[in-house]
Amino acid sequence: MSEPALVALRAVTKVYGRGAAAMQALRGIDLVINAGDFVAMMGPSGSGKSTCMNILGCLDTPTRGSYLFRGRDVSGMSRDQLAWLRRFHIGFVFQGFNLLARTSALENVELPLIYRGLPAVRRRALARQALAAVGLTDWEDHTPSELSGGQQQRVAIARAIVTEPAVLLADEPTGNLDSERSREIMGLLTQFNQERQLTVIMVTHEAEMAAYARRIIRFSDGLISPIQDHAGAH
Amino acid sequence: MFWNAWLLALRAIRRNVLRSSLTMLGIVIGVAAVITMVNLGQGATAQVTAQIASLGSNLLILRPGQRFGPGQRNTAPPFRIDDATAVATQIGSLAAAAPTAAQQTIAVYGNENWSTSVTGTTPEYFQVRNWAAASGRTFTASELRAGKAVCLIGATLVRELYRGQDPLDSALRLKKVSCQVIGVLAAKGQSAMGSDQDDVVIMPLRTFWRRIAGNQDVNLIHVSARDGVATQQVKRDIELLMRERRHISPAEDDNFSVMDMQEIAATLADTTKILTMLLGTVAAVSLLVGGIGIMNIMLVSVTERTREIGIRLAIGALEREVMMQFLVEAVVLSSLGGVVGVVLALAATFGLSGVLGVPFVFSGGIVVIAVVFAAAVGVVFGYFPALTAARLNPIEALRHE
Repeated sequence: MSEPALVALRAVTKVYGRGAAAMQALRGIDLVINAGDFVAMMGPSGSGKSTCMNILGCLDTPTRGSYLFRGRDVSGMSRDQLAWLRRFHIGFVFQGFNLLARTSALENVELPLIYRGLPAVRRRALARQALAAVGLTDWEDHTPSELSGGQQQRVAIARAIVTEPAVLLADEPTGNLDSERSREIMGLLTQFNQERQLTVIMVTHEAEMAAYARRIIRFSDGLISPIQDHAGAH
Repeated sequence: MFWNAWLLALRAIRRNVLRSSLTMLGIVIGVAAVITMVNLGQGATAQVTAQIASLGSNLLILRPGQRFGPGQRNTAPPFRIDDATAVATQIGSLAAAAPTAAQQTIAVYGNENWSTSVTGTTPEYFQVRNWAAASGRTFTASELRAGKAVCLIGATLVRELYRGQDPLDSALRLKKVSCQVIGVLAAKGQSAMGSDQDDVVIMPLRTFWRRIAGNQDVNLIHVSARDGVATQQVKRDIELLMRERRHISPAEDDNFSVMDMQEIAATLADTTKILTMLLGTVAAVSLLVGGIGIMNIMLVSVTERTREIGIRLAIGALEREVMMQFLVEAVVLSSLGGVVGVVLALAATFGLSGVLGVPFVFSGGIVVIAVVFAAAVGVVFGYFPALTAARLNPIEALRHE
């Protein structure tokens, strides 16, 4: 492949704390994910999957090792440089939705576009498109407290994809939802992955949700376990 | 980036109406309290100054005995008319001197009666007290010598006895004397001591002696110094003269006193200034309490705001963009609160000055001080908690409980 991999981790370690209280969350992992992939990261809590996710999302930096995002080394970047990367290339979906309270769905989706400096008219149009893509056209004036959990997560997905990022990172996106809503969310992620070639990296502990991914990476004890399985097409 | 900060800040204010208005409330109350109290204090000072001026300029008053209040020996003899003449002729740099004698008497006109102070004096009195007739005329030196039964009355008597009728040339009865009203005095209002200066009848001294008092005592001598003369010097000269005339040996204390109205005016002005400062201090405390209120609201909402900051950072906001937004928010709320506070203070000062009978004063200096301080409090307490949060790692901010 001539184009560099979307993300590449080389011998990445992450240590929290110092001295006797130091805790090794990642103990040297190598990972390559190509553009257009749909990856599920699984493992028991404390196995390092969330730490890995935060590093991939440029929310955290490795203690040692290198992280190449589209061939550029991220590990030595400043806070502002990381923020610029997140702003233009990365979309986030969280377990707890993390929408702004008392703010309409439309304004929540608009938020990343404001930071991108888009004019109001264009911002509005793109936000409406994104809400339509997740099936919430009629809900744009509702605040998070007026929406169900599944609808809130769909607003969050709309906010993540409205900037057309290179990669969407989802941290247990179905963790707070019942199985019916979970399937709807996974359906949306699959759809965006296939129709828009959007790379999706998802942390989950539910095998049923991981089955939607094309590739499953298992974590245990700060390492990627050597046995990797490739999920069947869904 | 600045325009974005405005947009984000205004959205944040709008969606947290309760929090925003509570934040403003602290500033509104603090600013309004400080401005109102200080302006009322300055109004009171202005009023006292005006009252002192209404007594007459460069006025000194001689009275027998020492000091006011209890504990004084009441053995001091009253003045005689010769004392007044001696002061008028032997002390240089005097504009005029007027002996007065006064007694509380019932004044009767038609079916109405009113207890008032009747004062006998000389025509110089009107000059010394800087007091003119509003209508009619004052009495002349020949009327004084002849002991004519004429009098001038104050505005309070016109109101209470005459009930709007024209008192000129009417016959006012004081004790057994029927007295022709030849003039109405210009209204002077309340004195600095709180007594009604317009509740008065003024007649020639000789008439007063013969028909009202039955003796020839002089209770007070009013003296006015010429403009530009140091009243302290005049006071010392009068004291020396009176000690000699009243045969006081060097070992004895004065059995009379000379009040210098300028001195009293300065004392009263100092007192009201101290009161103004005291009120201002109390009000400054309320401004501080308002600031603590703002701080509390900011601290209570810090969990929600920290998560909000986490969200903003995660989707790619720069640290300085977040801080700029919070700075704009704090400045907007503080200045809005300041403006509302000033308007409220204007209304409160206007209303209270009417109720308290104090002239309306609204000085710009204290407005600037109060608004600047309030804005500083709002910005410090609104901005710095956010600054701490914006420096957090986005993940930590998102996890904030």
